[in-house]
Amino acid sequence: MEAEVKREMARQLQSKIDAMQGLGKRSERQQRNALSPFGSAFPGGVFPMAAIHEFISYEPSDAASTSGFMTALVGKFMQEGSLCLWIGNGTKIYPSGLGHFGLKPDRIVFIDAPTAKLALWIIEEALKCEALSAVVGEIKELGFTESRRLQLAVERSGVPGFIHRYRPQAENIVACTARWKITALPGNTVDGLPGMGHSCWDIQLLKVRNGKPDSWQVSWSGNNFAPIIEKHIVPQQERNVG
Amino acid sequence: MPRYASIWFPYLLAESVTRKRPELRDGPVVLASRQRGRMVIDAVNAPAKAKGIHVGMVVADCKAIFPDLRVLESESGKGEKIIQALAEWSIRYTPFSSVDLPDGLILDTTGCTHLWGGEKEYLESIEAKLGGYGYTVRCAMADTIGAAWAATRFANPRCIVKPGKQKEILLDLSPEALRLEASVLERLRKLGLKRIGDFIDMPPSVLRRRFGAALPLRIGQALGQEMEFVIPVEPIEPYRERLCSMEPIATAAGITIALRNLLEILCQQLATDGMGLRQGIFRAYRIDGDVQHLEIGTNLPSRNPNHLFKLFEHKIATLRPDLGFELFVLEATDVEPVTDEQAAIWNAASQNDAKIGELLDKVMAKAGRESVSRYLPAEQYWPERAVKKAMPLWEKPVTPWRTDWPRPIHLLSRPETIEVTAVLPDYPPMLFRYKGKTHHVAKSDGPERIEQEWWLADGLYRDYYCVEDESGARYWLFRSGPYDAGRPEWFIHGFFA
Repeated sequence: MEAEVKREMARQLQSKIDAMQGLGKRSERQQRNALSPFGSAFPGGVFPMAAIHEFISYEPSDAASTSGFMTALVGKFMQEGSLCLWIGNGTKIYPSGLGHFGLKPDRIVFIDAPTAKLALWIIEEALKCEALSAVVGEIKELGFTESRRLQLAVERSGVPGFIHRYRPQAENIVACTARWKITALPGNTVDGLPGMGHSCWDIQLLKVRNGKPDSWQVSWSGNNFAPIIEKHIVPQQERNVG
Repeated sequence: MPRYASIWFPYLLAESVTRKRPELRDGPVVLASRQRGRMVIDAVNAPAKAKGIHVGMVVADCKAIFPDLRVLESESGKGEKIIQALAEWSIRYTPFSSVDLPDGLILDTTGCTHLWGGEKEYLESIEAKLGGYGYTVRCAMADTIGAAWAATRFANPRCIVKPGKQKEILLDLSPEALRLEASVLERLRKLGLKRIGDFIDMPPSVLRRRFGAALPLRIGQALGQEMEFVIPVEPIEPYRERLCSMEPIATAAGITIALRNLLEILCQQLATDGMGLRQGIFRAYRIDGDVQHLEIGTNLPSRNPNHLFKLFEHKIATLRPDLGFELFVLEATDVEPVTDEQAAIWNAASQNDAKIGELLDKVMAKAGRESVSRYLPAEQYWPERAVKKAMPLWEKPVTPWRTDWPRPIHLLSRPETIEVTAVLPDYPPMLFRYKGKTHHVAKSDGPERIEQEWWLADGLYRDYYCVEDESGARYWLFRSGPYDAGRPEWFIHGFFA
């Protein structure tokens, strides 16, 4: 009995510590199952909602894969009738393509900021608005100070933020909770049939606060992530990255 | 009960000249213009009138009798301009002032006169002000426009007709006081009806048969039985608030306070009417006559003073106060009813909409209106035209999004040419070079032929292929046109996730 009380107390303390460390408060609406492959790397085994996730890509194809993965994540967070903001500075997103990743493209408001500085301001303002279900920002450079401002805004509002950095000058230290790198994998087709098959991604969680960096190979099929248990995956070192 | 003041300028044109040339004021002055080869008098001043000179006389005859008569050229259309300017000037006495051509003004003084201490003081103030400018003025006040007009021109000076007593004042006046046409007046005179009292009590049907419909109508208007409308010189905006300052305001802090006060008042007014602001203008009148304005727009009707203030806030710095502003005017140029106020208490979604609306207002105010867009599916296959912007931003899609054909997640705004090696015509390429890099195609899908919509544009069809290179990167390529016309061009158009 006493052990039970202690365990409960420890759990409460841990969640308080998590909140202080920028992993957000644990809320009931978090869907463990929907994001099941990725939760394991995070403290407490739960994908943090109220956090900034940073994505880095260098190739146009990887940028597209990253956009796809972000769209899939946002689609999981979106509730019926809610809106998401997609802020960029000359974004290439094609709304018709988003529908394949479980997100209604008309639920997204696109903002094309004239300058990168203004884009950062808009991202911060958007992250302060609790009414949004997610905020996606496409910017090249993100300094430590700016990232901390975004992280603080998120901790207050609880709106998940996804920052996509395409070809940054350097992979500098930022205050974001997690850093991801998504690269495309050859699609998996059933029994070697011709055609492209489902999108497959190599998802690398490079940094995560208080968690274990990990990597997954998943495919996107039937509006869900499915792990690939195939043999033809090319190891990371052999592919030309960057 | 409405009250109207009528102002009459008996010597409007002549005095508009003499007030600028005071040396002429005491002598007879006439304005004349050339008509059918002779100079005919258009306007006279008071001394000329006293000598018996009237409008329509020939200048040569008058000159023969009064050699010291000053004759000046009259300008056509000047009278309307002056009277318009005077009507605008008189807005200081009432918000509703209108022009009564050719030489008068009508003011709707309802609820205004107590600010001057009474109707008598009100008229005295107007007479004194206009007299100071050099105009001879006759004023009167009555319950109806017709009675005020008659009293100004035909009753004692500064005649104030008590409420409901229009008839008494009209009885002794001549029929001209009813603003009738010359032919009707002529007929009345012939029949010996020299005073309004002689026929005012006759049944309207009798008057109408004898003198036409105008006479009973004018009687009705003078007595207040018929409605009469005039058009104000400056239409009254329902949502406009003004704030005058005693001292010129030249600091941002002062302007902020003025703006906040005005927003507070305006939003209260909007709230009582159940409306919300969509577009607003904040005007600042500088003491040297310069007018500067700030404009804002909102996505959803709003009456939240703090939110509206935020939209104005960063624009305040663009105002140039120099010596200071003396008047601030805030106007809601576009309002819309706020319907979901009641629902908001129950429904979290509409409250969220309001919050997002406020956020987008802020973004639009800073980054420009075009920067924010939402897309809806368009019923077209050509990829560039398959999405359209939602207008307005909250438009709902009428057709579902199609996911039956593969569409890339990144689309190049302009397809880029690539070099391609294809095994056979109508086969997907074997390898392609894009930006100096060779990609070997491992897997492919297609083709998907998309034709130009001939009613929109001319051009070749496109055969789209989805291809995957050896590393797994996926591209959307197309061949423009058929093979038989020489070497067709190949393009890259998008990237799949």
